[in-house]
Amino acid sequence: MIRNCISLLAAFALSLGMMTAQAREATPMAENPAIEKRVLAITTELRCLVCQNQSIADSHADLANDFRREIRLLIAEGKSDQQILDYMVERYGDFVRYKPPLKGTTILLWLGPAALLILGLTLLVRFLRRRNQMLGDTALSAEEQKAAEALLDTAPQDKTPQ
Amino acid sequence: MNRFLWPLIGFVALVILLGVGLNLNPREVPSPFVGKPAPTFSLPVLGSEKVFGPEDMKGKVWLLNVWASWCVSCRQEHPLLVDLGKKNIVPVVGLNYKEVRGDGETDMSKTDAATEARLARERASKWLLQHGDPYQLSLLDIDGRVGFNYGVYGVPETYVIDKAGIIRLKHTGPITPESLAKQVMPLVAELNK
Repeated sequence: MIRNCISLLAAFALSLGMMTAQAREATPMAENPAIEKRVLAITTELRCLVCQNQSIADSHADLANDFRREIRLLIAEGKSDQQILDYMVERYGDFVRYKPPLKGTTILLWLGPAALLILGLTLLVRFLRRRNQMLGDTALSAEEQKAAEALLDTAPQDKTPQ
Repeated sequence: MNRFLWPLIGFVALVILLGVGLNLNPREVPSPFVGKPAPTFSLPVLGSEKVFGPEDMKGKVWLLNVWASWCVSCRQEHPLLVDLGKKNIVPVVGLNYKEVRGDGETDMSKTDAATEARLARERASKWLLQHGDPYQLSLLDIDGRVGFNYGVYGVPETYVIDKAGIIRLKHTGPITPESLAKQVMPLVAELNK
């Protein structure tokens, strides 16, 4: 598997320079363009479990080829896209989908970012309000005024601060 | 005081969160099979003409260990399995996974099915002879389709299957002495009660 990932990295480095060649290579058995289009659409939705931040469509890993083979077979059997996705989830779990269904175990995944954003904005607004209050004009007391004048060693006529 | 306390608490919480995150194993993907019946199959047995299916183990608690001769980390866990095999506590069935096409070196476009099957038997037997054979029997999953049905994505993998044929645990990656002592063996003992 490590070897797989290394060869994958090498393949990735190569493919950076030739994206079109990579796209062609990902579907080696392009016999029926309509089927291959569906295979590509489905595999874009599926995560490769070997190199986990790639979709099956982008992956050259051995496992990704197996996924494509299974998907072609299922299409030949007349299964719908949803049925094929369900088939994969049955075997590899919700993890295999880039858009897992909203349920108990995935609720943090779906709502977490929004919750963090709201928390962050709330804290930011609170902080800004507090800072504004602190920056607001405050009159100096007579004593403070005297001390300030003494420090500046001048005799300003304008008594308003700033 | 408050001015420093809250950022400090936030910082400590973040460190704890990231620390836990770093210590999780991202390869340990929860298997949807735990608690479900082991998918059925019928595969040829290494070194024999027989075929085997999970039904043949009904009434026994057993381990299904996915391996291949090209799998480097299988070598890491193998002595543990050999040791386990000697103790006769739990039957271990080997699932030899994509022996030939999985190695990434064989040109499959030039290898027909019969040649692949012959090569798989040769290589698997040779490897077991060299490293020891802990398996009650080894099955040949030459094209990896049974592995696919079991959600195999990284060899080695080990499944604990109970008397009713339900998968109770899936361990991805090499078994370690700790995982064997803390996870696998206690579960086997409990299921055998």
